[in-house]
Amino acid sequence: MAKITYITSDNQTHTVEVQNGLTVMEGAVQNDIPGIDADCGGGMACATCHVYVKDDWFNKIPKKEDGEDDMLDMAFEPKTNSRLSCQIIVSDELDGLEVNIPSKQA
Amino acid sequence: MKKTDALIIGAGPTGLFTAHQLKLIGLDCEIVDNLDKIGGQCIELYPDKPIYDIPAVPECTGEELTNNLLNQLKPFNIKFHLSERVEEVKKEGNNWLVKTSGGNSFLTPNVIIAGGVGSFEPRKFSPKECEKFENKSLFYSIKDKNIFKGKTVSIFGGGDSALDWAIELSKESHVNLIHRRDEFRGAQATVDKMHELVKDGKINLFTKYQMANVHGEQTLESIDIKHDNDEIKNLKTEYVLGFFGLIMQLGPIANWGLNLNKKTIEVDTEKFETNQKGIYAVGDICNYPGKLKLILSGFHEGALAARACFKLARPDEKYRFEFTTTSTNLLKRLGKKE
Repeated sequence: MAKITYITSDNQTHTVEVQNGLTVMEGAVQNDIPGIDADCGGGMACATCHVYVKDDWFNKIPKKEDGEDDMLDMAFEPKTNSRLSCQIIVSDELDGLEVNIPSKQA
Repeated sequence: MKKTDALIIGAGPTGLFTAHQLKLIGLDCEIVDNLDKIGGQCIELYPDKPIYDIPAVPECTGEELTNNLLNQLKPFNIKFHLSERVEEVKKEGNNWLVKTSGGNSFLTPNVIIAGGVGSFEPRKFSPKECEKFENKSLFYSIKDKNIFKGKTVSIFGGGDSALDWAIELSKESHVNLIHRRDEFRGAQATVDKMHELVKDGKINLFTKYQMANVHGEQTLESIDIKHDNDEIKNLKTEYVLGFFGLIMQLGPIANWGLNLNKKTIEVDTEKFETNQKGIYAVGDICNYPGKLKLILSGFHEGALAARACFKLARPDEKYRFEFTTTSTNLLKRLGKKE
């Protein structure tokens, strides 16, 4: 279990507990947190679950695997701390993770 | 105006198998899709990725699945209308009048929405100012490459479309290629070719840059691109091209009076009918308790929706359930019996 904080582009903060094994994307969708579309359902095929990971967390979470950066090329306003939230799997180590949701997914 | 027993919106796996089921039970149908090719998400999002959960198919790619479904449709003559988006669905007596962006109109008692997560549209630049020049000097696809002759063209993107066009246009235009990182996801040979042209001074490459702003009154004059380190560069350019792939948008479906739940359409699980009689939704776009977004669910949903279509298309006939193994009728339709 990890407490994850999602900050929407209008600065609304949503902190929810997400079960280990789920993804950060699923944590948002299951808790009706706005701004994560996840059109493809977690297949790393659409780049609509794009988030910015707070800098101090970015290097702590598991690294991007092949293909994630390719999809991020298509995301809306990608930055160096961009991730696809469907590729971040929740574990106890992620307790306290903060992610910012972009103003749009596309 | 075309008359048909059922109109299918979406040529993905669910739409294709739904067409098969309609034809098998003796109804005709036509298919409209906004993409320029058949296969939907399977072809657009993951043509090369293997799928492992199609019943009785241990492993196949999105492209193979599409080709197999098309093979299965071979006995039937099905009309496809590609690169057309359904814009309007209106009640007309007992029928629906359906109009597409390509100027086609259909009169049909049954509309089956097999639209995935909506229609694929190009992903656009984020600065709002870009809209002003859209389809004038800023494009997301190329219809006539001759307009770029002798001009300066700034191309954004890191995939095959961006690279192919950068290489092609560098023959007769001044090309800037701008990408958000050093790595390109295009085919290696294409990436190598691009780097060669950069070395020869035929392409100006800017990596770790993204679009920041566009300038110009009536016509586009220049653009600002911003580096990861926030440095801004101004590039004089007459044209801008953006190749960021496609995104799925619900689009006009939202205006057809259907009960929506986020980006999905509520249906019953007997006919997969929406709140509008004669409009069905199947595959990823439909929603009901327990819905699974799997291709196999789409096949089941399409088979049931097809039977529901029979009632409205042939009000005076009774639908008889038959097996392809034994029914002479079905075997005739499949071309297996004279």
